[in-house]
Amino acid sequence: MKNIQILEERKEQIYLKGNQPFNMKCERHSVSGSVSQRACVFCGSRVVLYPIVDALHLVHGPIGCAAYTWDIRGALSSGPELHRLSFSTDLQEKNVIFGGEKKLYKALGELIDRYKPKAAFVYATCIIGIIGDDIDEVCRKVSKEKNIPVLSVHSEGFKGTKKDGYRAACTALASLVGTGTIDNIGKYSINILGDFNIAGETWIIKDYYRRMGIEVVATITGDGRIADIQKAHGAKLNVVQCSGSMLPLAKMMEKEYGIPFIRVSYFGIEDMVEALNKVADFFGKKDIFQRTYELTNNEICRLMPILNQYKEKLKGKKAAIYVGGAFKAFSLIKALNYLGIESAVVGSQTGNQEDYQRLKKMCGEGTIIVDDANPLELSRFIMEKDVDVFIGGVKERPLAYKLGIGYCDHNHQRQIALAGFDGMLNFAQEVYASVMSPVWQFMPRREKRGEK
Amino acid sequence: MKTAENLYTATRNSCKLCAPLGASLVLRGIEGAMPFLHGSQGCSTYIRRYLINHFKEPVDIASSNFSEKEAIFGGKQSLISGLENICKQYQPKLIGVATTCLTETIGDDVEMILREFFLKHKSERLPEIVHISTPSYIGTHMEGFHTAVLAVVSTIARKEKKLKQIGIFPGLVSSADIRYLKEIVSDFDLGPVILPDYSETLDGGPWEEYQKIQQGGTTVEQIASLGDSLGTIELGHSLETRKTASVFLEDNFSVPRFSLGLPIGIKLTDLFFNNLKKISGKEIPCKYQSARARLIDAYVDGHKYIFGKKVLVYGEEDLVIAVASFLFEIGAVPVFCATGEKTGTLKKVLPEIASAYGKEIIIREGYDFEQIGEESAKIGLDFMLGNSKGYYLARKMGIPLIRIGFPIHDRLGGQRILHLGYGGTQQLFDRILNAVIEKKQETSPVGYSYM
Repeated sequence: MKNIQILEERKEQIYLKGNQPFNMKCERHSVSGSVSQRACVFCGSRVVLYPIVDALHLVHGPIGCAAYTWDIRGALSSGPELHRLSFSTDLQEKNVIFGGEKKLYKALGELIDRYKPKAAFVYATCIIGIIGDDIDEVCRKVSKEKNIPVLSVHSEGFKGTKKDGYRAACTALASLVGTGTIDNIGKYSINILGDFNIAGETWIIKDYYRRMGIEVVATITGDGRIADIQKAHGAKLNVVQCSGSMLPLAKMMEKEYGIPFIRVSYFGIEDMVEALNKVADFFGKKDIFQRTYELTNNEICRLMPILNQYKEKLKGKKAAIYVGGAFKAFSLIKALNYLGIESAVVGSQTGNQEDYQRLKKMCGEGTIIVDDANPLELSRFIMEKDVDVFIGGVKERPLAYKLGIGYCDHNHQRQIALAGFDGMLNFAQEVYASVMSPVWQFMPRREKRGEK
Repeated sequence: MKTAENLYTATRNSCKLCAPLGASLVLRGIEGAMPFLHGSQGCSTYIRRYLINHFKEPVDIASSNFSEKEAIFGGKQSLISGLENICKQYQPKLIGVATTCLTETIGDDVEMILREFFLKHKSERLPEIVHISTPSYIGTHMEGFHTAVLAVVSTIARKEKKLKQIGIFPGLVSSADIRYLKEIVSDFDLGPVILPDYSETLDGGPWEEYQKIQQGGTTVEQIASLGDSLGTIELGHSLETRKTASVFLEDNFSVPRFSLGLPIGIKLTDLFFNNLKKISGKEIPCKYQSARARLIDAYVDGHKYIFGKKVLVYGEEDLVIAVASFLFEIGAVPVFCATGEKTGTLKKVLPEIASAYGKEIIIREGYDFEQIGEESAKIGLDFMLGNSKGYYLARKMGIPLIRIGFPIHDRLGGQRILHLGYGGTQQLFDRILNAVIEKKQETSPVGYSYM
């Protein structure tokens, strides 16, 4: 494996847990010429706002950015499916020379007339930042004419990292919050932030809260509705998952409306239970406690015997985790623990110093912890650690498969719910199905060792 | 009549992709090559994801990872250090630097920066570096594809001695198609140099050790030797009027150019084989004559099931034209042919083919999927042929989609679909016929067990 060289500039973003001083140089711009698994600012904004199902999402730029994000997330809707259409101003050379504002104005007006969205988001791509189209002005004008919110999202690809894209999305969302009426919202109410209803996950979570007696005002953005977001300031608490993307909004709402927030995760039994308990604690109401206890207790009793069966089969196996946000990695480490699987390689695209310190605490000696890894590094690590399963996204899948390693998709393109209690069962089944498959016996790496 | 063609300014569910994707794909079909997109990180990540979802193979594409600083002051430094890092990490034989809309617009002078890079490293052994200009606001992914092929050939090809080989520029076809083309050309006792050749790089076996750059692909030496070929065949009607790699080789090294359509269906495949015969001076090998005979036999066996069926064909214009021509010869009618490209080829070529069969068909260029859907709804179609992105329309209309071309994101094996030659046509024919028969069987109250 020595033929895979780690670039000098990257060495401070890779740690082997042990005696080495731990000071992850994260939140850096990716090195030029590396094949980062990260995307761009636009990607950050696009994925966060994508699940708002009754809004028009118009990408202002040449065709690529819209084409590659068409129907990109498995984010389900209980109603309109406008979010699954991909709209682009499809800028041509003449627009780049003479400006794209007129084209944007015309495109927006026509689409709003045709699709009657509750709001429109206009995403600025790289080129807009260069040719200097005043998209704010176009949005203001169209908003006035069509009488719906039209929001500019400043997501020029080069203006930072994916996280800056999250921030731009949150800024757009924040301008919606506070514009709806909140008269009918009760005392025990929350917003779900940072769940995107991949394979219906928001519905699963929402149902738990309903059973606890908690009112969910807005789901931001899974199965999201503009009208709900507009009255999100009526909720008493923001419950934030995927904190990387939604923390800016939670902080804005705390400052503006005094709504406190808590950070949770819905992946894995432990974090799921903790999330519901935290919300119950916040309201401190006896019947909510009671219902929460019943719910979690029932679910745990239902799940544990099944999970133990999986654990029996999976114990001693090793996993690699490489995900977008570090928060997801925390949950995955714990969830894998329940299955008897140790995490030998853990990394994220966008973790911060605090996240990595926490990762370090959670991981065993010898674990490789990495920030903004590339395919070469990941391959080297998964082979060095000889892992059995890789938990990652679409771009990591072929790496794992080529090297004869199982894989579980934890990205936003997937069709299987992994959140909540049932999600934990799905997760176990997914990992189990990949690790235990007989196909690996034919892989050169394993065949050589005479493994089955 | 006001068609959907001019109703909307925006593109809705695009039926085309951007130029850097085409260039990246070409580079992935060159041995030891590394695509390097000069621009923002997202371009490379999105394109990787898009290609991976089709090929189910690792697709590494480096990026110069622009930040605001580069966007303002220019990307010179980041391009140079990017090239250095790629050399260090991947030890490539070739790096293709494709620009994006961002770097094209800020006006980075890539040629000049490359000269500086060479000067800085003049004492070292460097890979071939090819600059490919792919601003995504001009043309589509096919523009990027053909531009990349031309750029690579015009940078590297030489003329030394005559070789018993033939250059083939197949356009955007599947990995299986490329393998089949190689087999055909070899059977004519000619050395095939196919560019690009991602038949192995993007459809290979498992690895024992990590491969930084997947094995396979056209070698740099083979590309250099293209000037020594007996001839080149380029596939795709749109190439005829274009400044292509074949044109370059003819102009500079007097290599005869043969510009044909994609060999799908008997007529277009006959043309392809006749050209190979002409170039090689060798008879068409028996096995292809048998394949042709079997195909004709199948045409006869299935003709009644397909006669008069109304079909939508969409995708890259060269694929649409070849498939439409094939559909006509089996008695189906490609009543609606659409592409996201806008080169005028479809409108130039298709009417002639259609009128030979006494038909008039709807031909649309620069169309998106919503336009295709809206217009299709008025026609009453029997089935459709194209990439997986049209699935939602098929579902809406309740008609079968026979998946061909690129991308196939919702099925396994997109890279292994064979389209070309008698063999590829045979597979297409069987799939189409069986889709029609299956539809009839499934919707029949009888549930009959014979055709």
